[in-house]
Amino acid sequence: MTAGETFLGYRRPDGRVGVRNHVLVVPTVICSAVVAERIAAAVAPVGTALPHLAGCGQLGPDLTVTHDTLAAYCGHPNVGAVIVVALGCEQVVAQRLADEARRHQKPAAVIAIQIEGGTVRATSKGIEIAREMVGVLSHAERTWCDVSSLVVSVKCGGSDYTSGLASNPAVGRVADRLVDRGGAVVLGEVAEIMGAEHLLAARATTADTAAHLLRIVSRVEAEAMALGLDIRGTQPSPGNIRGGLTTIEEKSLGATHKAGERTRLEDVVAYAAPITRRGLTVMDTPGLDVESVTGMVGGGAQVVLFTTGLGTPTGNPVAPVIKITGNSRTAAMMADNIDIDVSGVISDAESLDGAARRVFEELTAVCSGQPTAAERLGHREFAIHRRNPTF
Amino acid sequence: MMRAIVVSERDNVATALEPLEAGASLAIGGATVAIRDRIPEGHKVAIQAIAAGATVVKYGSPIGTATTDIPAGAHVHTHNVASTRGRGDLAAASGAAHGALNRSGSGA
Repeated sequence: MTAGETFLGYRRPDGRVGVRNHVLVVPTVICSAVVAERIAAAVAPVGTALPHLAGCGQLGPDLTVTHDTLAAYCGHPNVGAVIVVALGCEQVVAQRLADEARRHQKPAAVIAIQIEGGTVRATSKGIEIAREMVGVLSHAERTWCDVSSLVVSVKCGGSDYTSGLASNPAVGRVADRLVDRGGAVVLGEVAEIMGAEHLLAARATTADTAAHLLRIVSRVEAEAMALGLDIRGTQPSPGNIRGGLTTIEEKSLGATHKAGERTRLEDVVAYAAPITRRGLTVMDTPGLDVESVTGMVGGGAQVVLFTTGLGTPTGNPVAPVIKITGNSRTAAMMADNIDIDVSGVISDAESLDGAARRVFEELTAVCSGQPTAAERLGHREFAIHRRNPTF
Repeated sequence: MMRAIVVSERDNVATALEPLEAGASLAIGGATVAIRDRIPEGHKVAIQAIAAGATVVKYGSPIGTATTDIPAGAHVHTHNVASTRGRGDLAAASGAAHGALNRSGSGA
């Protein structure tokens, strides 16, 4: 193994590698979210919850996405054990979530508030189980793993002009190096591919994959247009415009740099669907940061490289999110949220290659257990994408 | 420190890396552009004249269409550039809801 291209991870029985070892507490439905959060908080930071707004009152594709996303987190390589907290009368099936964890040979338990007899009893039983699981997980050891075992999500949020010139191209060089080594990179935010899709489609390995990418970008554009509205109301955002970005095309061209310059587009997948190819995958997610990161981590990304110009605190319940900014003011003003300052690229004090080397070093350190700013601050945002009304 | 950056040789705008004052001159490649408007940091300045209806190019790709004649040295932003993507407002106004969906796949 080459120095600098390994990290200390958790090898899982399914062959995947985790960079964290969480006890995940999953509410099946919004009604059991508070109990799940209290159980997780009792064993934090090993314990982490997935509070969400869905799980009932949903039909068809929306219910499927909720189920599949929660199940994907139960099987995620950064998760060592799972507690599913049900209410008892909801649509999402607790047993299916526990079964998904067990399929990946993780210990799993189910408790239901209506069966335990209320909030207090359910919370106390859940905490008891969680403490036992933390004890079991504490025996797991990290071993040296190659970076080729990583699926890295690349994401940007609160973009300004520095994003397209410094942080995104620096992350893009990391994506190139990772894929050269045999790793995988996932890019989401289809609305923010609009205007740059020709560049990604030209890098697709098959005509079908290129057509698939163009189809999902067209669909997002058609959805915006079907409302009879101007997508400029949200893309670029008001903050993006103050930061100097004029159009969605400009934002997208800057944003897609983070997926690398020479990575081949291997696959296009649905929201939170498994990422199975090495190389670059595009996931069909919205641009909204938390929904996008939630989907890419659900797809199997163990870690997120998140660039920001204006600064943003977003984290994730199971995956470390590394914040990189090219804006020196943001690096100073929002120092507690920022992991890596690459503003030297703008002031000509550092080369893009130098910045990329630092990002890569931070990536392997974080994958070996070093906490990110978002983890230190307890940022664990989670939101499942919804397309339909609640019934 | 560089005062402005041109990403691709195909670009007709530069990005200011520090505020540029009206009346200043900006050296871009071998040429000099006289700055006409105050350009805030991170905002764009035309490095050549861009006619109304012409394409504004950054990163070597189109980022929108000039809505008015933009002289070299002028501030280039939402007041004189319009996106061509996701414009349901235009489609609704023209009654052609699907008329502007033909750009995907236009070449690199």
